[in-house]
Amino acid sequence: MKKTLRMLSLALALALVAGAALSLGSCAKAAPKTAKIAMVVKSMGNPFFDACRDGAQEAAKELGGIEIIYQGPSTPTAEGQIEIIDSLIAQKVDGIIVSANDKDALIPITKKAMSKGIKVMSFDSAIAAGGRMVDLVPSETELIGKQQVQLISELIGAEGEVAILSATSQATNQNAWIEVMKKEFETNPAYAKMKLVATVYGDDLSDKSYREAMGLFESYPKLKGIISPTTVGVAAAGKAITDKKLIGKVQLVGLGLPSEMKFYVMNDACKQFALWNPVDLGYSATQITNALVKGKLKSAKDGTPVKAGEVVEAGRMGKITIGESGVAVMGNPFVFNKSNVEKYASIF
Amino acid sequence: MSGPSLGPAADGALVDESRLIRADLSPGKRLAALALKWESLLFLIFVAMMAANSLLSPVFLDPANLLDATFNFTEKAIIALPMIFVILCGDMDISVASIISISSLFMGMSSASGAGTTAIVLVGLGVGLAAGLFNGLLITRLDIPAVAVTIGTMSLFRGVSNAVLGDQAYTRYPASFGELGQGYAVAGLVPWQLLVFAALAAAAALVLNRTVFGRYVYAIGNNKTAARFSGVPVQDVRLAVFAATGLLSGLAAVLLTSRIGSTRPDIASGWEMDVITSVVLGGVAITGGKGNVGGVIIATFLLGYLRFGMGVMNVPGKVMNIITGALLIVAILLPRAIETLRRRALLGGRA
Repeated sequence: MKKTLRMLSLALALALVAGAALSLGSCAKAAPKTAKIAMVVKSMGNPFFDACRDGAQEAAKELGGIEIIYQGPSTPTAEGQIEIIDSLIAQKVDGIIVSANDKDALIPITKKAMSKGIKVMSFDSAIAAGGRMVDLVPSETELIGKQQVQLISELIGAEGEVAILSATSQATNQNAWIEVMKKEFETNPAYAKMKLVATVYGDDLSDKSYREAMGLFESYPKLKGIISPTTVGVAAAGKAITDKKLIGKVQLVGLGLPSEMKFYVMNDACKQFALWNPVDLGYSATQITNALVKGKLKSAKDGTPVKAGEVVEAGRMGKITIGESGVAVMGNPFVFNKSNVEKYASIF
Repeated sequence: MSGPSLGPAADGALVDESRLIRADLSPGKRLAALALKWESLLFLIFVAMMAANSLLSPVFLDPANLLDATFNFTEKAIIALPMIFVILCGDMDISVASIISISSLFMGMSSASGAGTTAIVLVGLGVGLAAGLFNGLLITRLDIPAVAVTIGTMSLFRGVSNAVLGDQAYTRYPASFGELGQGYAVAGLVPWQLLVFAALAAAAALVLNRTVFGRYVYAIGNNKTAARFSGVPVQDVRLAVFAATGLLSGLAAVLLTSRIGSTRPDIASGWEMDVITSVVLGGVAITGGKGNVGGVIIATFLLGYLRFGMGVMNVPGKVMNIITGALLIVAILLPRAIETLRRRALLGGRA
């Protein structure tokens, strides 16, 4: 023990001398001031997050004077992210953008970061309100629902019978979106000639969703379009339309993954669908963090959420308004079609 | 040595190898032999690593940063202490991270039902101790190999947390509870955790090197049968060692839960391997009977600061794992090479 202690103190002394010499050296060459913004994701090697990083780098290039540090643990754990944030605090970065593995476990460490003047925001997967200044969500109920009706209306010329193929009948997200869609069908004059004839549930199972789509073709021979706001449902409906040789007769839109939908986009079964785009997400998050770092948000105090109503100029994404308890909504989901689906299919 | 007199068969097993060096050797040769000791080599690696990190990153060598970085490995270091005893006995405990999980689960439950900080801590320690005793009783009373038992309890303990919590979490802990794992002592610089570890490390070194119990542990690791025939209460010692591992895993659970303020079923996942890595890198033979506390302390700081250094240089986590893995392989190979060299050095002295 004693020997070990002696050795440890000797090592520290040696290291201190080395470090002192070094810091003297590094003081001499004053580097131009670049803001360091770190993006901490759930885990490394996930193409979704790699796309977020690409968006962050795009924003950094546009804004200038920003260095992006892209980090994440090798396994998706809160402890791994805490370790990374610790090393980011040590590096004195200016801003940290986190997709959290645990909305609560990161609070102590992000609070510590904020107490040292580092601006912290979350995106994709939130940190609870006490541990970040802004949380960026990709979209919101109202926008998603309205956009889906808009997309199908474009494909069928705003005229004819439309059905919804959802996940389970209790799915909270889908039900909220469907409520918005129903209101659009009923109240928006632009859609007066469209009629919502049925809402069916495929329970997010491929085979059941496929059968429900087939059932719709039987029950509603005049059916013009299907909206499927679930990734499983929209892919199954694409297959049903293809198999039943209804391409061109029944149009399909929904919320889908480019990798799963590429085939149906290219064969015209589903000419367009939507989902949040990770590149936009990384781009917007970086724009917001830059605004925080540069002090462009008046109510941005360390450790508290930015007040509702503040607006961030987010480059090509336009204005992003901060809402209640610092939650910001990026905007409409991104629309995928023949022109871009192949590019994104390799990402997610 | 103050233990009972032991038979000649066990005597050989009870000699600390490090003491062999000092016997009838000239100072020069003693120094040479010391230099070839694993702890010394590990220490040199540690110094080289610290120097390299300091040269490569301007922020590495900041006392506040270095002290803060210990938060990320102190809990593992605390479990590494009893793990030294486990592995010295020739056993293995891979359930430690799962003990953290189940202990944290019960702490979350008690906090949710309104318990105060003291009660929560006692629950955490109690559940850890109970889990360790459960392991120890299965291993010693039913005579099942430790690896087999702890593979089972690894799944069992974490399974309970998974079943109870699912995708939920306990996140409401009293503010004073948070202080335990996040707080600082000594001018607001030294984490409490680190002081707890220092005290426990001193205690572990004392027990291992200065008590009969410590001698028993070495005896068991060198030759279980011989130890038993020499009157060493083999099963009781092993039971105590597993119970202590459970208790200190419970303590680690208290500190970790306090530090992150949240209990999720996947808490501390994969930590058992990190703990075993530092013990093995610290020079404790996986076959048992050889090794000491000092080497493991150096190894813990070596691994911790290596990761921190790579962290401040933004080395991706996967690359860190490769480097850590490589270190472990070296740790298994090098002692054998050193052993050969040392024997040659000792023999060379007589030739």
